[in-house]
Amino acid sequence: MQITLRVNGVQRTAEAEPRTLLVYFLREQLGLTGTNIGCDTSSCGACTVHVDGESVKSCTMLAAQADGLSITTIEGLADGEQLHPMQRAFQENHGLQCGYCTPGMVMAAVSLLDENPTPTEQEVRLGLEGNLCRCTGYHNIVKAVLACAAEQSGSTAGSGASA
Amino acid sequence: MIPAAFDYQRADSAEAAIALLTEHGDEAKLLAGGHSLLPMMKLRLAVPSVLVDVGRLDDLRYVRDAGDHVAIGALTRHCDLQTDPVLTESVPLLAHAAGEVGDPQVRHRGTIGGSLAHADPASDLPAVLLALGGSLVAEGPDGEREIAATDFFTGFLESALEPDELLTEIRVPKLATEGWSFQKFNRRAQDWAIVGVAAVRSAGHTGVALVNMGSTPLLAAGVVEAVGSGASAAEAAERATEGTEPQADINASVEYREHLARVLVRRALQESGLA
Ligand SMILES: Cc1cc2nc3c(=O)[nH]c(=O)nc-3n(C[C@H](O)[C@H](O)[C@H](O)COP(=O)(O)OP(=O)(O)OC[C@H]3O[C@@H](n4cnc5c(N)ncnc54)[C@H](O)[C@@H]3O)c2cc1C
Ligand code: FES
Ligand code: FES
Repeated sequence: MQITLRVNGVQRTAEAEPRTLLVYFLREQLGLTGTNIGCDTSSCGACTVHVDGESVKSCTMLAAQADGLSITTIEGLADGEQLHPMQRAFQENHGLQCGYCTPGMVMAAVSLLDENPTPTEQEVRLGLEGNLCRCTGYHNIVKAVLACAAEQSGSTAGSGASA
Repeated sequence: MIPAAFDYQRADSAEAAIALLTEHGDEAKLLAGGHSLLPMMKLRLAVPSVLVDVGRLDDLRYVRDAGDHVAIGALTRHCDLQTDPVLTESVPLLAHAAGEVGDPQVRHRGTIGGSLAHADPASDLPAVLLALGGSLVAEGPDGEREIAATDFFTGFLESALEPDELLTEIRVPKLATEGWSFQKFNRRAQDWAIVGVAAVRSAGHTGVALVNMGSTPLLAAGVVEAVGSGASAAEAAERATEGTEPQADINASVEYREHLARVLVRRALQESGLA
């Protein structure tokens, strides 16, 4: 079947079988390999993208279900060379080591702040419960999200694109 | 992991969905949020040859105050239940439990109708609906019928729904809630409960239900009876395992589940003020 998505602001159309999962459609049909596959069983969150602005595990959604909807992937966050504030916060707070969980973690964190712009530390930890990281022990990820929240709510003069 | 091949049909109305189910019979499956069905299809535990996607039926996405009850459209997502003002005000137990399902990504996709139709005894909302004394509205080729939650869950992943029926609405009585509690015990944040307990106390209704203590969600009738005759929380909780048939799995033995049920029922009775 023919599937059309608006991916990172650009209309993209490709042929795929109905059983194609969104993550494979993004990676293989559209060549957007920033979104990782960790577990393939809905547990790890490495495949998190935004569907109409909300975090979703793209290994647990059919591309067909997303037909006609807007998708944002990790590739769509930065504005050219200018990192998204959440990406910058991960970099500055050492919120990643191997980086495998990072695309999903950043997408989940951006969705979290959209829903709750000034979370407590506990709310950040709960908000990221769908994302697993084998390296960092989470502390610096939580620090990064809190730093990004403080920056975004503290001054409206933040640079970079919004999701 | 990729599901086996199927034919995909998107329904643009409830009637169209029912017509497709009638046409394809047992071969067809409804797809709502897909967060129970797609994992099963990836493991090839489910191999429907036709998927009828009802995920765009926005008419079935609502929470309404209907006088003596709250009416919830079957396609309402967990994340919408979690924050809905009518629900947080009138049925706080359900709003809270919806926020305990999986993780934010799961709650952005999973629906209350899918959660109930899937009839997994380990899921949170089936036990909550039992405790609240709710009911479900199903629509089929011959019209609609209302099914009490107590008649809905018939076996492991089995419900009273016919293959050509679509769940359209969930009804929850507007109890004058005086106390409630939701106890969920698990090891990883996003997991299903190893054992869970939903309890509600109101002027006309007392309900205590168990998650994952048998092949269906279960009402803890013995506990409610004990509470009614003035037993303490600890005494009433001793009756938590009556009528249960917990299974052993990688998370817990039968004995451990029974122990958890007693401890969690006691906590639920105390937190809700039932005993
Ligand atoms: C990682 C993960 C963690 C989870 N953790 C929990 C948890 O902690 N607690 C919990 O309770 N659940 C949990 N779930 C399950 C989640 O709540 C599912 O969303 C829910 O069980 C099914 O809803 P759905 O809309 O996704 O249904 P689907 O997967 O689309 O459908 C499930 C079944 O119901 C049928 N169906 C769907 N809608 C209707 C309808 N309107 N009428 C008739 N039949 C219908 C389908 O045909 C299918 O058989 C988890 C899921 C995942 C992936
Ligand atoms: S790959 Fe999707 S949740 Fe792990
Ligand atoms: S940085 Fe390695 S998995 Fe998170």
